[in-house]
Amino acid sequence: MNLWQAILEALESLSANKLRTGLTMLGIVIGVGAVIAMLAVGTGAQDTITGSISGLGSNLLFVFGGNFTEDIRIEKPLTLSDAEALADPFQAPSIAAVAPAIQGNGTVTFSGESTNTEITGITPQYELVRNYGLLEGEFINEEHVLGRASVVLLGPEVADKLFGRRDGITGEIVRISGQPFRVLGVLEPKGGSSFGSQDDLVLVPFTTAQTRLIRRSRERVDIILVQAVSAELVPQVSDEISQILRSRHRTELGADDFTIFTQQDFVATAQTITNVLTIFLGGIAAISLLVGGIGIMNIMLVSVTERTREIGLRKALGARKRDILIQFLTESSLLSLFGGLIGIGLGWLIAFIVGRIAASSGTPFNPVVGLDAVLLATLFSTAVGLFFGLYPANRAANLEPVEALRYE
Amino acid sequence: MTDWVIEASGLTKIYRMGTQEVHALSGATVRIQRGEVVSIMGPSGSGKSTLMNILGCLDRPTGGEYILDGEVVSHLSSDQLAGIRNRKVGFVFQSFNLLPRATALSNVELPMRYAGVSKGRTQLAREALESVGLGDRMTHRPPELSGGQQQRVAIARALVNNPAIIMADEPTGNLDSKSGKEIMDLLLTLNRERGTTVIIVTHDPAVAAQTQRVIRLYDGLVVEEPA
Repeated sequence: MNLWQAILEALESLSANKLRTGLTMLGIVIGVGAVIAMLAVGTGAQDTITGSISGLGSNLLFVFGGNFTEDIRIEKPLTLSDAEALADPFQAPSIAAVAPAIQGNGTVTFSGESTNTEITGITPQYELVRNYGLLEGEFINEEHVLGRASVVLLGPEVADKLFGRRDGITGEIVRISGQPFRVLGVLEPKGGSSFGSQDDLVLVPFTTAQTRLIRRSRERVDIILVQAVSAELVPQVSDEISQILRSRHRTELGADDFTIFTQQDFVATAQTITNVLTIFLGGIAAISLLVGGIGIMNIMLVSVTERTREIGLRKALGARKRDILIQFLTESSLLSLFGGLIGIGLGWLIAFIVGRIAASSGTPFNPVVGLDAVLLATLFSTAVGLFFGLYPANRAANLEPVEALRYE
Repeated sequence: MTDWVIEASGLTKIYRMGTQEVHALSGATVRIQRGEVVSIMGPSGSGKSTLMNILGCLDRPTGGEYILDGEVVSHLSSDQLAGIRNRKVGFVFQSFNLLPRATALSNVELPMRYAGVSKGRTQLAREALESVGLGDRMTHRPPELSGGQQQRVAIARALVNNPAIIMADEPTGNLDSKSGKEIMDLLLTLNRERGTTVIIVTHDPAVAAQTQRVIRLYDGLVVEEPA
């Protein structure tokens, strides 16, 4: 008996009891659907996070004050002079640009509309390292910084909230923490990020923020963004920053009182987190696949009992153990294969709906159903059918023909 | 020299029921010539079914030797017996035992599938159905056929691999007298025209009377075998 005939016969027998076949398949459908959906959402989340991190700029390093892993006794904050030292091409030849910034929160209002947003005090280099574009207007320049000008760049979401539009805003006066600021321009959207929107912010000159909005003492800065000349030089830049800051803070011997993150560090951390999440959710989904497999085993056992006489007859007509084994294994694997295929469709649908819900709540996010996930699910569900079909099929194959024929 | 299709001597079969041993056969000796029509009779519990199962290679004897169509089959493995049944034995059962969802044609094709015949299978099955007078019912399924017609399909299925013997277990037991007579006539006709050996297990003396010879069993022994 060849495989094709076995498949045809199995299809016939499965279609003879549609309700039972459908219910048994449902277990596998839900299991595979859940696995596919979880993997898709996990991959999508990873892509979104990775994308938003690279959207920060290119070849970036982030220098924060303080040490995140060790306790240190005296912690010197990062200062503007630190930033200036880093910008010195003789001390740090691999550094292309340095942009210190201070960050805080505040309320921005315009004629009755108000929104609470992130305020970042920046220098003109910030545009370069963060790779910002403008929808209209101009960027903050040296003169604004030197003159502590009351000017502001609005993120597109802030513009939406205050004005309901993104153009024709330049020159308007908004109030930040009650003080009037002239709108210098509107930033191009950067897209969402899992750490919150990158478009919900306002940028003001560093000195303005320092003296009037955020108030940092002694030219202290919160973060220094450093751009390397090229991607290959990022590790070297990291070394140069360490050397300069250690000698400036006089911590050559002890632990560093600053921390350097590269974009790759962020990507790696985010990937670790999403991987753990994906594995965790996928594991839960795999349990439901297991339960589905047990359902198949159960139904196949019932089916073997019901068809004892048929098995006896087939044996009387010359079926060997192998023939009966193949017959029942074909049925159980087809059952789970079809369940798996429908499950892939279902998982796809769930992932698509999750993506839509995410998009409508402001986080654009594309779940990715990879070919590898589809192949894995197909293989795995067929394997589940084979595995859980083995015991019932073996039981059928080992029936004694005389007793099976006599079975009522 | 006589051409024996079945030579079985000293067949014993012992079942264990818990601690008790039941001797279903205690040394039965049976010889059947090629082309004979023989019936096996005996009261219930006489070992009739056991003998039929052993002669039909569905079961193995505990002791004794059995040669079917020139092959010693008493000690073969269950898969080897399956092959012997497939090639040498055609079964006709009291309750027909057709696959209810398959057409008459695919029911008849079934033994050829297990024999590994792939070419001309449908043609052979057609011919077998025509030879039992069901040329116009090929695509019908068992529930759409009368009892007599179903038994004809079963006979066609038994014939299709050209077996050495046809083993019929109460073939008329579930049929009304008219269909029963037709089935008996069919079996006798097949024996006459094709020379197939037919063994009929029955308790109906009217059926036994139509066969050339009656093997009587009593308490696991053959008591009378006029050759």
